[in-house]
Amino acid sequence: MNPKLIIILVAAALAIAAPFFVYPVLLMTILCFVIFACSFNLLLGYTGLLCFGHAMFFGGAAYITGQILKTTSISVEVAILCGALAAGLLGLVIGQLSIRRQGIQFAMITLAFSQLVYFVLLQMEFTGGENGMQGIPRNPLFGLVEVRDSFSFYYVILALSAVAVFAFYRIVHSPFGEVLKAIRDNEARVESLGFDPEKFKLVAFTLSATMAGLAGAMKATVFQFATLTDLSWPVSGEVILMTLLGGLGTLTGPMFGAAIIILMNDHLAGFGEWALIGQGVILLVVIVLFRRGFVGEIGALMKYLARRGKKPSAALVTAKPVVEQSR
Amino acid sequence: MSIHAEAIRAPDVANFEQSDNVLVAEGLTKFFAGFAAVKDVNLSVRRGSIHALIGPNGAGKTTCFNLLTKTLSPSSGRILFDGDDISALRSSQVARRGLVRSFQISATFPNLTALENVRVALQSRFGAAYHFWRSLTAVAPLNKRAQELLEQVGLADSRNVAAAELSYGKKRALEIATTLALEPIVLLLDEPTAGMGHEDIEPITRLIKAAAVGRTVLLVEHNLSVVSNLCDRITVLQHGQTLAEGSYAEVSGNPAVISAYMGGIDE
Ligand SMILES: Nc1ncnc2c1ncn2[C@@H]1O[C@H](COP(=O)(O)OP(=O)(O)O)[C@@H](O)[C@H]1O
Ligand SMILES: [Mg+2]
Repeated sequence: MNPKLIIILVAAALAIAAPFFVYPVLLMTILCFVIFACSFNLLLGYTGLLCFGHAMFFGGAAYITGQILKTTSISVEVAILCGALAAGLLGLVIGQLSIRRQGIQFAMITLAFSQLVYFVLLQMEFTGGENGMQGIPRNPLFGLVEVRDSFSFYYVILALSAVAVFAFYRIVHSPFGEVLKAIRDNEARVESLGFDPEKFKLVAFTLSATMAGLAGAMKATVFQFATLTDLSWPVSGEVILMTLLGGLGTLTGPMFGAAIIILMNDHLAGFGEWALIGQGVILLVVIVLFRRGFVGEIGALMKYLARRGKKPSAALVTAKPVVEQSR
Repeated sequence: MSIHAEAIRAPDVANFEQSDNVLVAEGLTKFFAGFAAVKDVNLSVRRGSIHALIGPNGAGKTTCFNLLTKTLSPSSGRILFDGDDISALRSSQVARRGLVRSFQISATFPNLTALENVRVALQSRFGAAYHFWRSLTAVAPLNKRAQELLEQVGLADSRNVAAAELSYGKKRALEIATTLALEPIVLLLDEPTAGMGHEDIEPITRLIKAAAVGRTVLLVEHNLSVVSNLCDRITVLQHGQTLAEGSYAEVSGNPAVISAYMGGIDE
């Protein structure tokens, strides 16, 4: 059988069995941040755009979904999707205004916009200001199935996450994704080949914002509250950390990065400030020792071993499709 | 309109030559913070020719390329491509019309394979470039053409190798394949042999010659033996201005050119 398929099946089995062994809320938190990290990876890892205000989509969608669930009887999955779409719309607008800027300027502009969104939402009545939005209900799934307990709700979050991971995979391995990677590698060259890189970056930014929104909306339904913390710049920073820790531009790296940081926060929660110091030390070690992140380094090691292992046959492997092509 | 059409059709040599310049620059000027990197340059590139732009470092050759392809906007002057004024177009539009450049600094996509490098370029005229919801099978029809282009530049065996892992000479060959993927009418090559050893220069020269069949090439080149071997016409730039223009024999006999090159010999 295809080894990739085996890995996917094993991961699926583990994910389905997990809540029997681990506290479901912790698992759901991990999933939310896994999706958030994927959304960030799409931008920085595959497009080369450093957004320093990604929390605005994450936290913004949380409020939208929360408000929908509090004030209507719309089912929970639709409310989550609405939050994601709202974040996508916000991404489209902010992308229009900032995508022309390069590098650190782009990072600073997105940070400024996220601060703006923070203060606007702080002032608005429905968000509950400093207190946040409390008591967000989990309306029945499809209007039918009760998912109020964490155990069953875990499977809702798992299904949404699976769809999001597949979407991420699809985007990265699409014709569009190929152009994005080219833009990341050499934007001027892409333009010289007749593309408008800004349009591609805008689409990527909008998709990424939508996915970040999905993550935030899920989180609001998991914890049943939304707070300004989710909108704040430390959250924007944390997702950068997760991405770098796991491996920028690797498919699964940022997902592992997210899981590691959430688990670490959970384990170190009792240590107060020491948790932050622990995080700092770990990041430092990773940056110094594993520049490609955990998954990036493992991938590089496997590639190296594979090349050493079958050097003589490597030529045959690459030569074969050439013959097929030319026929 | 009809009067012009008549004039072009008439067997008048001067008019014939006029319409047969595929790329024309008139009074091209570019200031960088008050410093004129390119000053009032007039350039006519004949259809089907291989035209060299030479001159000492800092003469403004790359800037000229940037202006002609609209990578930079000229401070003044205009550019005609195939008779149309392209001065107001964006560089991506210029490329889609068929005026395609390579870069002086090697410009591949290092993390993409050789095949993907070429396929990205092919995507620019294929129409699925925004399809983020489709799998790569959507661009599979481009693989055959990409493979042909790789074969054309001698990279058939490297199709699945990341561009970053190719040798310098192969990277430059890959760039040419990528550029040719756009089926350019005019190919602008900025120092295609820069930094190459002798063993790489000869194949690249042959490659350019092959690529020039049926199209026009404008290239910046320092290696004068490559220039004399390849080029029909030469324009010499110095301090952003045209110093001389003509065939290799005409230009190499020009005293101003000789003295310019004597001055720049230590480069
Ligand atoms: N973007 C820029 N900003 C300021 N000066 C520039 C820029 N690009 C080129 N120049 C200057 O313009 C002059 C011509 O440069 P260039 O066109 O690169 O020369 P060449 O390609 O002939 O070696 C040089 O003096 C260079 O320093
Ligand atoms: Mg130059």
